[in-house]
Amino acid sequence: MKIIVAMKQVPAPDAQIRIDAAGRWIDESGLQWALNESDAYALEEALQQKEKHGGEVVAVCAGPERVGSTIREALAKGADRAIHIDCDDLASRDALGIARLLAAAIQPESPDLILTGLQSEDLGLGQTGVILAELLGLPHATLILHVEKTESGLRVKRELEEGWFQNVELPIPAVLTIQSGGNKLRYATLMGIKRAKTKEVRRIAAASLAAAAAPVVLLDRIALPQKQKTTQMLSGSPQEAAAALVEKLKFEARAL
Amino acid sequence: MSSVLVVQEARADGKSRFFQESLAAGRILAGLTGLPLEAAAIGNPNSSVLAEFSGPPPAAAHAVQHPLLETYTSDGYVLAFEQLIRKLQPAFVVFPHSYQVRDFVPRLAARFGKGLIGDVTAIEAGPTFVRQLFQGRVNGMYRDAGDGPCFISIQSGAFPPDSATAGATTIHPFVPEMIAAQIRTHPGEPFRASARTVDLGSAQAIVAVGRGIKEEANMPLVRDLAAALGAELAASRPICDNGWLPMERQVGSSGQTVAPKLYLAAGISGAIQHLVGMKGSQCIVAINKDPDAPIFEVADYGIAADLFEVIPALTEAIKAAR
Ligand SMILES: Cc1cc2nc3c(=O)[nH]c(=O)nc-3n(C[C@H](O)[C@H](O)[C@H](O)COP(=O)(O)OP(=O)(O)OC[C@H]3O[C@@H](n4cnc5c(N)ncnc54)[C@H](O)[C@@H]3O)c2cc1C
Ligand SMILES: Nc1ncnc2c1ncn2[C@@H]1O[C@H](COP(=O)(O)O)[C@@H](O)[C@H]1O
Repeated sequence: MKIIVAMKQVPAPDAQIRIDAAGRWIDESGLQWALNESDAYALEEALQQKEKHGGEVVAVCAGPERVGSTIREALAKGADRAIHIDCDDLASRDALGIARLLAAAIQPESPDLILTGLQSEDLGLGQTGVILAELLGLPHATLILHVEKTESGLRVKRELEEGWFQNVELPIPAVLTIQSGGNKLRYATLMGIKRAKTKEVRRIAAASLAAAAAPVVLLDRIALPQKQKTTQMLSGSPQEAAAALVEKLKFEARAL
Repeated sequence: MSSVLVVQEARADGKSRFFQESLAAGRILAGLTGLPLEAAAIGNPNSSVLAEFSGPPPAAAHAVQHPLLETYTSDGYVLAFEQLIRKLQPAFVVFPHSYQVRDFVPRLAARFGKGLIGDVTAIEAGPTFVRQLFQGRVNGMYRDAGDGPCFISIQSGAFPPDSATAGATTIHPFVPEMIAAQIRTHPGEPFRASARTVDLGSAQAIVAVGRGIKEEANMPLVRDLAAALGAELAASRPICDNGWLPMERQVGSSGQTVAPKLYLAAGISGAIQHLVGMKGSQCIVAINKDPDAPIFEVADYGIAADLFEVIPALTEAIKAAR
């Protein structure tokens, strides 16, 4: 199976998010970046499918220079090669625009399977994979925890709300958006990191992909949310805060 | 005729609160734009889905029915709503931001060359749509551009339903054209994971731990606190994904919904998918080193400090107080 994995680089979970002076986007200077969590599970699923059925895993990542580190991480974990769609203006593109870029880069590869994460942690859209399927004319399934190849295509385990699941059968080629937790993630080995240096990373300028279109969803500005509830913040040393909390729980909230 | 079209999700359990919330959001849009409100749902025109509305009923309702829509599939729903929307030409289409909507509406919108403004928490003049970014740490103000319908989905709990019950409206049947071969995915019956061994739903007190705990080796810290409180241990998704606690102890939209007397969240940021599972708790305590973490938005008491310092102190203080 030839499998494409779409991977996004996002601010690290612990990164300090600051709004830029114009209030249009966050200040990206000095920010720590990481691979989007569900994309790590998408990559893991792809690698396991390749181990079972043979084939190739190709990582695709759209973003500026910095995403090189995420691409190297994917290659070190076992992706065979990567496509870097070079663009400096990710934040001003909408989901349809990003999906168009990815579709244009993926189409000539004619993959059997395309995996994306279910949602990016920065934008939280959960749309790019589904739109990608529409643009490529392929069937899709979302929130996938388990993938099994069958004679006619795939059987996948899909997460529903409140602890329910469902199996879905679909033909390939197909697009799946992968939910976290289905597999155990692997670490890159030293050997893998060494090998990654020799693997192919093809860079495609976003401008060269016939995918340009004005965004249809515009982000005008961003702002800190307004506090609605008045939380009683307990300060002091850890011991003082702990003692104050026990007092409150006992006599005010009567929750102890 | 241009309108604000609110779509009800067909649900086996017949839950309609989310629909009433979508209607509330639709009414705001109708108020801002002067457009009439309409409703639509997949199902039999005689079924109850469109029979009763809280608040003023919409001008019309559309019951979309076809044998191929009896089971949800993304292909089937996209085909059906594409045809309905082409016929009605609404200016806005409002959905609840459910897992089902996430599964097919981005595809539906893309078919119109549009995007979905998803998981909206507020609607302001413009109309401007507010949605959360960076896991709730920042709000983004969005606008729809281009021609054709504007697709939005609303966050659960963000638009309180109108409480006044009112009457019914005219229901128009709509039968889309589709054939079985157009539906490429074949879903099986929903099932639950193996029987649960803990029922967090009936717990009086819960200590929930998140990614702030950093390593599995640190888990005894929260175990001790839970023991001192006589509380059940629960977690955010990443902890269960890592296998540090069994899946059945996950709280949130894909885990359990709980409402104990005391919910203590340690090292949990407060993403919406976690909040929906616990915000009904009577007393919420949050310990997080980031004073701006969204979890504090729902907390009654907060300690903005390092959990590795606070939790041992708290465990001692509770033991002493008991
Ligand atoms: C469809 C879908 C369904 C989902 N279902 C669920 C669900 O059911 N339940 C769920 O929980 N999530 C669910 N999620 C995931 C959710 O979006 C979040 O990613 C998740 O809740 C984050 O978990 P967290 O708060 O533990 O981690 P993070 O967001 O990484 O937060 C860690 C927090 O710990 C704090 N911290 C770090 N170090 C310390 C320290 N030393 N002391 C104190 N604080 C510290 C940080 O400031 C941060 O706020 C779902 C996501 C999707 C897309
Ligand atoms: N810039 C990007 N490069 C590669 N993949 C992306 C990019 N943006 C989004 N994706 C993929 O689409 C998924 C869903 O993203 P989103 O629709 O932004 O929530 C992510 O988990 C990635 O797999």
